[in-house]
Amino acid sequence: MRNIWIIAKREYNHYFISPIAYVVAFMILLTIGIIFTINILYFIQNSFQSFGQVPDVSPITGAFGFLLVLSVPAITMRLLADEARMGTLELLLTAPVRDYELVVGKWLGGFLFMLTILAVTLVYPLILNFGLVSPGIDQQLVMSSYLGVILVTASFLALGVGFSAVFTNQVAAFFVTLSAFVFLWWLIGFPGQVLQGSASEVFRYLDMKTHFYDALSAGSIKLSDLVYFFSLIALGLFTGTTAVEVRRWH
Amino acid sequence: MIQVNGLTKDYGARRAIDNLTFDAEQGEIVGFLGPNGAGKTTTMRILTGYMPPTDGTATVAGYDVVEESLEVRKRVGYLPETVPLYNDMTALEYLKFMADLRRIPDAEERAYETLEGVNLKERANSYIGTFSKGMRQRVGLAQALIHRPEVLILDEPTIGLDPAQVVEMRNVIREIGKDRTVLLSTHILSEAQQICDRVLIINKGKIVTEDTPENLQSRLVGSQRVVIHVRGDSDGLNGKISKVKGVRTVESKSDGSVEFEFGAGEDARPQVAKAVIQAGYELLEMRPVGLSLEEIFLELTRDNANATGKKPS
Repeated sequence: MRNIWIIAKREYNHYFISPIAYVVAFMILLTIGIIFTINILYFIQNSFQSFGQVPDVSPITGAFGFLLVLSVPAITMRLLADEARMGTLELLLTAPVRDYELVVGKWLGGFLFMLTILAVTLVYPLILNFGLVSPGIDQQLVMSSYLGVILVTASFLALGVGFSAVFTNQVAAFFVTLSAFVFLWWLIGFPGQVLQGSASEVFRYLDMKTHFYDALSAGSIKLSDLVYFFSLIALGLFTGTTAVEVRRWH
Repeated sequence: MIQVNGLTKDYGARRAIDNLTFDAEQGEIVGFLGPNGAGKTTTMRILTGYMPPTDGTATVAGYDVVEESLEVRKRVGYLPETVPLYNDMTALEYLKFMADLRRIPDAEERAYETLEGVNLKERANSYIGTFSKGMRQRVGLAQALIHRPEVLILDEPTIGLDPAQVVEMRNVIREIGKDRTVLLSTHILSEAQQICDRVLIINKGKIVTEDTPENLQSRLVGSQRVVIHVRGDSDGLNGKISKVKGVRTVESKSDGSVEFEFGAGEDARPQVAKAVIQAGYELLEMRPVGLSLEEIFLELTRDNANATGKKPS
């Protein structure tokens, strides 16, 4: 466990001197800020029509899906690919560190960095709760939505670390990761709409959007959704560890 | 301290090392000498627990490199050929990171001490990205030494350094080798001769020979080669030289010079010089040619092939 933490800490600190990390943070925070402002302006302008409705966090957390698909590949692409390119992977693989500790440590470092960005966006629900909506917004929705965003982030990062371990080239790692996310977020659900019966069920279950928008972002926390996300995290980290092991053999 | 038995590694269809067997005792500096692609790095990577062998066994400090890889890695310090450094860290941060991974108590204090050992203490808080090649090599060495390992494995530790840095690095290695086992690879013969207690010559994945540098030298210097330059045309010079007693072979070079070889103990140079001048040539230069590493390999592999009754390839 200690090795995981040591590697995660180095990775986390590295993001704060990485231009890509700042670009990602800027992109996420700017987009969320714009969406929040537009949303508030909309409510103020249409306060008569939307009588009885109050603004909530869903426009903010809802935008995260798209933002994470684009930004997580940039965060994860270098994690292991760059170590392989720089030759420092040889350093870590000949230190008394288990392969899974290395992969999980890398993932945790990226996860903590993304959590830092997410923590900044909590300012918007706080403004809504304490500044704009009386007597406050639906707290449970805030919690389940943010849990959803955190789980999507964690799953994407785990898959990204997996792909980064497979490729020595960062650019290759980026595009493969991006394609996988596009597939998982937008494309995999289509067969579920066309097919019928249990096949349709399978594709619906594999569709990440459903677990996010229809469940967590809508305020419901179900075991099947949690199992889905935790399975993806395990799959990504397992792929990463296996890729590192395979690398040793070649 | 290091015991290698029948070690073999295949990369797909290519055999990188083939049935290597050797050992190294405590307090011994063993040199791994061979051309690029001979299998030096592969052997070192197996011994450091980076990759498993295809066949054979190796133990380091009493632990099997495959079965007890983590125990081996705790006891080995390794400086790979491409020095593995994080340019975005200071020398101190980097060593502290490695000390933490190796569970060293008082990591920061140990990092300072180790930097002092490689004469980099005053640059402890500078970013590694700003370091010269020599300084990078020293930080890499410090990383390999930070846990005071029983066994030190250094892959081409002096490559890319300037002459002063090479001397300094060799001194550091000699100092370390007094009480620890050091296995280092090099393709420079003189380097192996200067630092090592014993030299293993490896070529195409096989150990060609194994001996102390002194013995190796005397075995190899069975003959001496000399190059001659004359003013103008050197046509016909070959014939004159080859008639001199003691001369074994004569060869004209493309640059107009002539190279001849004589057996040790029968120095033919005075007679050759006399013969050249008597034949009317103006002798400009006559100097001995050292055996290059390639020639040594050729020599050794030829011996090897003869010993096993095969024709040299």
